[in-house]
Amino acid sequence: MELAIEATDLSKWYGKEKTLAVDHVSLAVKPGELFGLIGPDGAGKTSIFRMLTTLLLPNTGTARVNGFDVVKDYVEIRDRVGYMPGRFSLYQDLTVEENLSFFATVFNTTIEENHHLIKDIYVQLEPFKKRYAGKLSGGMKQKLALCCALIHRPEVLFLDEPTTGVDPVSRKDFWEMLARLKEHGITILVATPYMDEATRCDRIALIQEGRILQVDTPAAITAAYPDRLFQVKGGSMSATLRALNKLDGIIRCYGSGEFAHVAVPATATDMEQRIKDHLLAQGLTDVVVRPAIPTIEDVFIKFTQEKKA
Amino acid sequence: MATQGKKKRSAHLSHLLSFVRKEFRHMLRDRKTLLILFGMPVVQVLLFGFVLSNEVKETRIIVVDQAKDAVSQALIEKIEASSYFTVLTDSLPPTGITDAFRSGRIKAALVLPVDLQRDLLHDGRNTVQILTDATDINLAQTIEGYLTAIITDFSLADGMAAPYVIAPETRMLYNPELRGAPNFVPGVMAMVLLLVCVMMTAVAIVREKETGTMEVLLVSPMRPVMVILAKAIPYLILSFINLLAILLLSTTALDLPIKGCLPLLLAESTLFITTCLTLGILISIVTASQQTAMFIALIGLLLPTMMLSGFMFPIENMPMALQALAYATPSRWYYVIVKDIMIKGAGISALWQETAVLAGMTLLLFALCLKMFNIRLDER
Repeated sequence: MELAIEATDLSKWYGKEKTLAVDHVSLAVKPGELFGLIGPDGAGKTSIFRMLTTLLLPNTGTARVNGFDVVKDYVEIRDRVGYMPGRFSLYQDLTVEENLSFFATVFNTTIEENHHLIKDIYVQLEPFKKRYAGKLSGGMKQKLALCCALIHRPEVLFLDEPTTGVDPVSRKDFWEMLARLKEHGITILVATPYMDEATRCDRIALIQEGRILQVDTPAAITAAYPDRLFQVKGGSMSATLRALNKLDGIIRCYGSGEFAHVAVPATATDMEQRIKDHLLAQGLTDVVVRPAIPTIEDVFIKFTQEKKA
Repeated sequence: MATQGKKKRSAHLSHLLSFVRKEFRHMLRDRKTLLILFGMPVVQVLLFGFVLSNEVKETRIIVVDQAKDAVSQALIEKIEASSYFTVLTDSLPPTGITDAFRSGRIKAALVLPVDLQRDLLHDGRNTVQILTDATDINLAQTIEGYLTAIITDFSLADGMAAPYVIAPETRMLYNPELRGAPNFVPGVMAMVLLLVCVMMTAVAIVREKETGTMEVLLVSPMRPVMVILAKAIPYLILSFINLLAILLLSTTALDLPIKGCLPLLLAESTLFITTCLTLGILISIVTASQQTAMFIALIGLLLPTMMLSGFMFPIENMPMALQALAYATPSRWYYVIVKDIMIKGAGISALWQETAVLAGMTLLLFALCLKMFNIRLDER
């Protein structure tokens, strides 16, 4: 079966200093897949998106979208894909309805023709259809942008950080919408800096400093986490981390939400009790230590710290 | 195949229509800019037509009448009768004239010799002295011209010229009263149309680059030529309305009738508007920010247009390099066309060269637009 997105050895650098933004990236996304590009700000996600959407020319490597070359067949790709840039890119002085119908005509279609695709999102926008896009809330803006990117039933949908600056409830809505779009057979490539969103994807690529660290299903990635992980609480976070740093035999510790996460070698035994005793000995009270299931964030932190070392 | 082609064409047309509709919405919702767009031409025409004119009206003049005879009286009356001059006083020693000039009481003086009538009757000729304040050269020359005209006219009318004297007979063709409007209106038309068209379109595409909407437009079936056309059409319509307003003002308020063929004038103006729009779009395509685009449009175009179109300073007197630059200025050609049609009543046969130059410039600019249009994002 032909791949929906296929990138081979893709690189991009900018300016005279040749600052490397994308460093020999290869990717393969299957048709109908919801694929996540997970990485912090500045990891090169937007540059990859812009090369795949034919907006930038790669410095090395090639890429194909639905079989079309991003350099040679850019016209075909532009006719077929939907693209939602990271920055809100609709006409602020046009109303919701005007924006939507403008993009519909640009893509040779009408709002009615593909209404079934956007109806779940559009019902939420409908009360504001006469409002200028610039006056919408952050979440509404993203929903409108998604509608505009979807209105022509694209074969491949590129969403560059669609949930950045959106409240948690709207983010949840947004991902539920993406799951429903997947049922229509649309291939979706989505970039996000939020690690917790990774589990919503079929497969993810972890990306950092322009390089892909790992590609797999979220479950497989977390399952491959080599260390044993504990979540620890005892007094203030800074005191806990200070105390943990004095303990021998741990690989790394860091704050994650209300807990501190402690990674220890998988072979180590009785670490739970040792950590607890150590913290109590350091004078901390209400100490809680319990095994934790690694998340994508834990995987990411492992990569980051390994790189530093 | 044929139906597919048709389908494609109708798709292009609907792209264009919906894009034009969108551009109109942008334009109409930006009230401040719209006010400037329509207000500026009116203000400029009125300003240049009424206030900033170099016409001579009721200039204060002293006639030092040393003759005090019938001829000098008749001459003074003739000067006073014209609306150009106000005669102040008639008895002053020649030295008093200097003080009058210095204090600014007068702009000109006319000295009539003692034996004016006798010499005229005897020799059939005489000499009078005209003094003008040349701190303002243009004004001084105009006054001198008017006075000479009045005096020549006077001697001719009174049959005083000797049969053998060759008197030059000067006629100011097309604008005998040397009014300002016939000179300024074509100039203002060229300037206002250039300003409106270039400035507005100069920001049109670069604005989409700045707000990021260009990124979305690029990843769509919309083709560059459609974007260019869609950006130009609304401003073409708006500029045409502006043009009609200027012409209406100049025929009514400034009392300047259109001598030539109105449809020809409108057609030539549409050509010039198109030239300016393409120029503005080219600026918009090559710049990266609205500020830069505005700056280029204003400094790079407004100044040269004022200076080099021939409307303020005659091109013939410029150094070669500037003359060459003037030839590259679209408004220079349009200025000639408007003047010839409006004031001389010239037809297309007299103007085909200027028209061809403008048309050639437009095609060249349009080709450049298409060539320079970045089908991808500008790289940082």
